[in-house]
Amino acid sequence: MTAITVPKTRTRTPSRAWTIARTDLRQLRQARDFWMPLVIIASLFFVVIPGFLLLVITHVSNIELAKQLSDVVGALPTAIQKHVKGDSGPVQASYALAVYLFAPLAIVVPLTVSSAVGANTIIGERERGSGEFLAHSPASERDIYIGKLLAALIPGYLTAFIGFGLYSLIVNLLVGPKVGGWFFPTTSWWLLMFWVLPPFIALALAMILAISARVSSAAAAQQSSALVTLPLILIAYSVASGSMFEGSIVAIVIGALAWIGAAIALTRASKSVRRERLLGMGG
Amino acid sequence: MSLATDPVIDARDVVRSFGETRAVDGLHLEIPTGSVTVLLGPNGAGKTTVVRLLTGALAPDSGRISVFGIEPSGPDGAEVRRRCGVVPARPALYDRLTGYDNLRYAGELFAVDGAVLPERITHAAERFSIADALDKKVGAYSTGMRARLALARAVLHEPDLLLLDEPTAGLDPESARAVLGLIDELAEQGKAVVMCTHLLLEAEGLADKVVVLDHGATLVSGSPAELTERYWPGTRVVLDAEVPALLDGAADLPYVRGYSRNGVATVDLANADSVPDLVDALVGAGARLTRVEPQTPSLEQLYFEIRSRT
Repeated sequence: MTAITVPKTRTRTPSRAWTIARTDLRQLRQARDFWMPLVIIASLFFVVIPGFLLLVITHVSNIELAKQLSDVVGALPTAIQKHVKGDSGPVQASYALAVYLFAPLAIVVPLTVSSAVGANTIIGERERGSGEFLAHSPASERDIYIGKLLAALIPGYLTAFIGFGLYSLIVNLLVGPKVGGWFFPTTSWWLLMFWVLPPFIALALAMILAISARVSSAAAAQQSSALVTLPLILIAYSVASGSMFEGSIVAIVIGALAWIGAAIALTRASKSVRRERLLGMGG
Repeated sequence: MSLATDPVIDARDVVRSFGETRAVDGLHLEIPTGSVTVLLGPNGAGKTTVVRLLTGALAPDSGRISVFGIEPSGPDGAEVRRRCGVVPARPALYDRLTGYDNLRYAGELFAVDGAVLPERITHAAERFSIADALDKKVGAYSTGMRARLALARAVLHEPDLLLLDEPTAGLDPESARAVLGLIDELAEQGKAVVMCTHLLLEAEGLADKVVVLDHGATLVSGSPAELTERYWPGTRVVLDAEVPALLDGAADLPYVRGYSRNGVATVDLANADSVPDLVDALVGAGARLTRVEPQTPSLEQLYFEIRSRT
């Protein structure tokens, strides 16, 4: 008889929703071809592009170019100009870029990641035929929905928070020394990342899960989810910009509205996951 | 609370359509505990839909289904599914996970106590000879290994009712044998087993009850003995003798319904009581018999007889 090495397992029985989420996340981790492009996109937007631009701008020595950068800062709204730190055009420009202009990207990237995972989650069960197993299991439709939701939300939030951490580090390392020390994240950024962004990701996912429970193939799910998330990304983009420019109160109000919208959308989408749809029926 | 004598499955007048197509049309099914029931029927007879209706994965359009005294598609359906093990026609496994993780996932979903789950997984893997491959990703498994993993998963939580949908289709002999062995074992433990198949040979000898489906409706149901009595009245005897030509006289005997000889002689009688008379008559005619073998019809013969009459 062959000896089997049994991995250590907790003795506590986890909730079914968490079991589903954890298993989906484990599968995602194994699907390198799926997550590698998403990691590259996130790295580009959070690390490579900001790092490159800030590095170049903070080291501008050309007087003409420095003047042009000063003009760019001068074109910003007065309310913003008075918050911009730095004693030279390039430093002020890099500060403005870091604090105000990259903010929308922080929304776009996690939304993209969560959308891609979400579009694949239920439709993937159907395409692989594993939906039949879930349909015959004692997991309730609510368990399945919450499990799938968590499995898509977690990568989005992880991308957002890890990306945010790396971005903060880069900004502080490149711009901080020129403006008197580490200054990032600002209050607006804290609000954006922890108050405005989470409901937008949840809102997009609610829509995508509802779609992916209805369409017949992963390709159709991804196309439909693009139709849904593109406008949402645009809204999120303008919201992020607006909250950065207009201040904390605007961000708080926008975040509150987004949370309400997300709660409604998540409740409605929970009805879209039905056993027969896991079997590929009842679209 | 259901009594122990209540049927495990009791389905009446069940109808389920997909668009214009009626996949199940007036199904009647009553399955007692501790029995093996074989659902026979051609492709498209509605067997898979019946399995899905029994676990509540699908809800019927009309009619009544009760499993363990509970409506599977009702609010307490989770309890039905917790007590069922299903082996679908496609194994429905997670290719990116290892065999162990597939089993652990099932164990957790079916609420197997975390303290005993590793032991159960080990036992199930050894039982179906996949212990060596438990740490490999299922995507690398052969068809037979996938089928055996699906079997291990289906019995991990020790179900009271096992539903198998074409479980041996495309399997190697070892895997097919594992399936049939499992069915025997569960029936001995007093569990109910329902197996859908169109392979009559594999159902032979297993079935306590046979249900023939066609276009989603129950054509006939009963034990093989009952069906034999109903659709295969009389007795068939295979005979041989040192001088086979001497057997031909049987064709003229009054209680013989049919006679043919092709190497051995096959004689159809009205009933088994006539066998001694037949032997006496042939011996009296000088035949030295080397073989007298009363035969019961195979499930395959019975099935085609039923199909031809209905």
